[in-house]
Amino acid sequence: MSISKEEYAALEQEVNLDDIDFSDLEEKYTVDNVGLDNYVVVDGAPIAPEAKVPVLLKVLKKIFNDVGEVVEGDDGIHMPLENGKSKGYLFVQFKTNEQAERAVKELNGKKLDLKHRLLVNRLSDIEKFGVEGNIPSEFKQPELPPFKSHGYLKSWLQDEQGRDQFGLHFSETFGVYWNKKKLDPEPVFEPRKAFTSKYAKFSPKGTYLFSIHPQGVQAWGGADFSSINKYIHNQVRLVDFSPNEKYMVTLSPVPITMPEGTVDRSIFPFGPESEGHKLVIWDLVTGQPARTFALPPHLESQKEMPWPLVKWSFDDKYCARQGPGALAIYETPSFQLLEKKLVRIDDIVDFEWAPAGVHLSNSKVEGGEHVLSYWTPESPNQTARVALMQIPSRQVLRTINLFQVSDCKMHWQSEGRLLCVKVDRHTKSGKTVFTNLEFFKTFERDIPVEKLELKDVVVNFAWEPKSERFITISRLDDGNINPSIPKNTVSFYATEPAAKGKAAAYKVFHSFVNKHSNTVFWSPKGRYVVVATISRSNGEIDFVDVSFEDDKAKKSPANIKLLRNERFSGMTNIAWDPSGRFVSAWSSSWLSNIENGYRIYEFSGVQLREELVDQFKEFIWRPRPASLLTGADKKKVRANIREYSAQFEEADAMEADARVREAILARRKALEEWRAYRAQFAGKAIKSSDVQEEIIEEIKEEIFEEKEEIIE
Amino acid sequence: MRPIKLMGHERSLTQVKYNREGDLLFSVAKDNAASIWYSSNGERLGTLEGHQGVIWSIDVDPESFLCATGGGDLAVKLWKVETGECVFTWDSPSPVRRVSFSPDGKKLLAIADQVMGHIGTIIVYDLNLDDLSNQSIEPSLIIRTDPNSAKANVAEWTADGKYIIAGLDNGYISKYDSVTAELVDSVQAHGIHNEEKIHSITDIQLSPEDGSYFITSSKDKCATLIDVETFKILKVYIADAPMNTAAITPVKDFVILGGGQEARNVTTTAESQGKFEARFYHKIFEEEIGRVKGHFGPLNTIAVHPDGLGYSSGGEDGFIRVHTFDKSYFDFLFDAERTEKAAASGTI
Repeated sequence: MSISKEEYAALEQEVNLDDIDFSDLEEKYTVDNVGLDNYVVVDGAPIAPEAKVPVLLKVLKKIFNDVGEVVEGDDGIHMPLENGKSKGYLFVQFKTNEQAERAVKELNGKKLDLKHRLLVNRLSDIEKFGVEGNIPSEFKQPELPPFKSHGYLKSWLQDEQGRDQFGLHFSETFGVYWNKKKLDPEPVFEPRKAFTSKYAKFSPKGTYLFSIHPQGVQAWGGADFSSINKYIHNQVRLVDFSPNEKYMVTLSPVPITMPEGTVDRSIFPFGPESEGHKLVIWDLVTGQPARTFALPPHLESQKEMPWPLVKWSFDDKYCARQGPGALAIYETPSFQLLEKKLVRIDDIVDFEWAPAGVHLSNSKVEGGEHVLSYWTPESPNQTARVALMQIPSRQVLRTINLFQVSDCKMHWQSEGRLLCVKVDRHTKSGKTVFTNLEFFKTFERDIPVEKLELKDVVVNFAWEPKSERFITISRLDDGNINPSIPKNTVSFYATEPAAKGKAAAYKVFHSFVNKHSNTVFWSPKGRYVVVATISRSNGEIDFVDVSFEDDKAKKSPANIKLLRNERFSGMTNIAWDPSGRFVSAWSSSWLSNIENGYRIYEFSGVQLREELVDQFKEFIWRPRPASLLTGADKKKVRANIREYSAQFEEADAMEADARVREAILARRKALEEWRAYRAQFAGKAIKSSDVQEEIIEEIKEEIFEEKEEIIE
Repeated sequence: MRPIKLMGHERSLTQVKYNREGDLLFSVAKDNAASIWYSSNGERLGTLEGHQGVIWSIDVDPESFLCATGGGDLAVKLWKVETGECVFTWDSPSPVRRVSFSPDGKKLLAIADQVMGHIGTIIVYDLNLDDLSNQSIEPSLIIRTDPNSAKANVAEWTADGKYIIAGLDNGYISKYDSVTAELVDSVQAHGIHNEEKIHSITDIQLSPEDGSYFITSSKDKCATLIDVETFKILKVYIADAPMNTAAITPVKDFVILGGGQEARNVTTTAESQGKFEARFYHKIFEEEIGRVKGHFGPLNTIAVHPDGLGYSSGGEDGFIRVHTFDKSYFDFLFDAERTEKAAASGTI
């Protein structure tokens, strides 16, 4: 059917165009600007006369073809001309969006020659930002989200009974509980299903609880463990924290890629410069990434990741990463390389920060210096070395040379006063291994190093916190590797007080021989230690007191007493509570499948609680920040320990039984009333008769025997 | 610690008493000689001989100078402690159940029992301390305890000497003015805590710290703590046998109760059923803390060392057991007390 022009015009008159809904057609025929994604705009190209344009085009085409495929023909590159000259910019069409993107990434800023630098941008970006009206010209104050309080994040420390909290992770559920010793733990919140997809972790001072999800890390805190912050990091695997919980380090096997949509990009925490990186340092409070890193190439292919990859100085002031032949030390909060230079250390194998400020003999810095130790292995023309380096000066404070070294482990004492380097050495034949312990005394002038040569190979070493005592687990490397023969020796070392003419030296005060024991856990408060056997076939815990006080009362730097021996087959982990009062041991379904569950022991080894839980995964004590009590306060507490324990015992008894609780409350009331009754007689005591007391002493002499001898 | 067993009496004990310093222990029994012992080692200092029959009661003045006894032979005797010589004897119209020196040591009260047609009385003598053998035979005060035909079994001076507290046969406690003999206050302390029919009061002892309250024991198997001033019953300690004696311990907030099955039933039951134990109760919480075994007859009398170092008990079996408290006794604290102590030392 066709209509004539006149008819159409008449029809047009009748129809009010405004009445017709074109939206469906508009939608259908809208030109998506997606197609423009294949285009890039290149600026900064040389301005060439028309004659030279084909040459220039050829050169440019080659450059762009290197990063992607430029569409063939005239559509591929369009360079507008004006007055017989090129205008210095051109349009390039790639075959795919990805190629265009790669061109932007790789060629933007590329120098053609001294004068010309190419600026490559997506055409869609020009459309988006370049067209007038798209970007408001006036500055609009961004809206700040209203402040949301999470309550007092350390509220759990205000518990009247000073109890500790722990997290239990079983099957898919995670809950935080108050430790109630023998009684059922009291949940802090309703245990949550699918709380975390992998594991949960407390920050080092216990302020936050973190759960791991495919999308990233989630922080929880406050009295009811409400959500505090989200750290978006796709497929995050490993998490670590700086000691003062300022920063978090996360690692994901999946490199960071920028999301497609502009909306996604605007909430994406990372900028384009982070693309391809896997390691992220976050500022915990703001939730923003502070710095991202690509993995060093030698770690990319590694299956087992050494963790943590970023190690922190005791005060969060510096952090360091180890790369091949160098240490990268960053200053916080800028996370710029210290003095913009790497610290070159050839062949560096491992390094450790001192866990506290080191009070060097010649330094007066309050709080101590930042010191790190590292070691390098033997090479054909060089001995192995262990060195201490001061940061930020990078001054090497002390180096020792070692030879026939197969491995080194550095153990800092908790106050940074001592560094023990466990040097595993092999005999010249290379058949057997034995251990030397090298002690760096950082607080003394010139840092003397004391050497302890052992015949055994030390498999485990542990300093007592804030002390100079330590424990080693060693065995004689005699070539017999039958694991069923117990031949480990647990040795308790302490410094023998300096005798006349002899310097103080480390000495074995006690040892347990022929043991399977392989792990040592010191109480965080020292003195008590758990020496355990954690293995597939057998689980055993020895509770040991190293300052046992008995009637002999002989003052000794270490008086070792085995308090108790407990068996726990299937045990996979042991942990002390932060107060050093309890020890938890558990069998995790991640590692073992027998008797999954946990037990809580007193520090003396008395078992308080045992619970078998199907699919039990983890037991985590909530850490505590350092005590705020001064030395004098602590002394006072120690002096009045009886009174303190009395109140806690009463509280425990009340907790245990409602009847007892009532009885105690009744007694308290009775006592109060009685005191009030007695108070009215205060000072009214009646003196019956004043008789001076008199002490009469009488000395009696008795003669037991009398002998008379006649001396001639 | 093992108690010292004093085996100086031939018949059942009627009263034991420490002197003010606690170094001497005075005891009387149903035989006719009173004994004085060193409390520290149980050695006998001597005996006071002169009574013709049962001696019911003994008391010593605050200076351990004089000692008085009263007995079934209708006599109240005054003795010099140092020499053991009887310096004076008052005749009583009826057996004397109780003697007691006033706190200043200048007066002596004696209870004449309500038997042989005599109406029970509390008699007070003023002592002539200057010439001991020349005492006034006439009492300075006579209290007739007989408004309701109930007699007084025991009586004690209040700490200020102004009043005399008497424990009656009907479970009442009465307070009399020690000058006018007027009845000041009266309260039924026994026979109200349970259904027991017999509730005569068997002992009254004042609190060792200031005498502001006292303990009574009764045949109704109870003991009560009563305030001297208000005559209010403060605490009640419930036992499972008739109680013959009760004492309040200094230092620790305990009371000690003694008694047991009636003496006349003893021979028909086993010792274990006799409940012949000294019972320790917490003074404030009224809870029984522990028992001390040893006697094989009911306990007739208990006295606590004035410094709280130990106690002595005299039993129907004729023995005195002198106990010394050991460390665990002094260490024992109820939870509430520990908390209070902690609060006091400023550690909470």
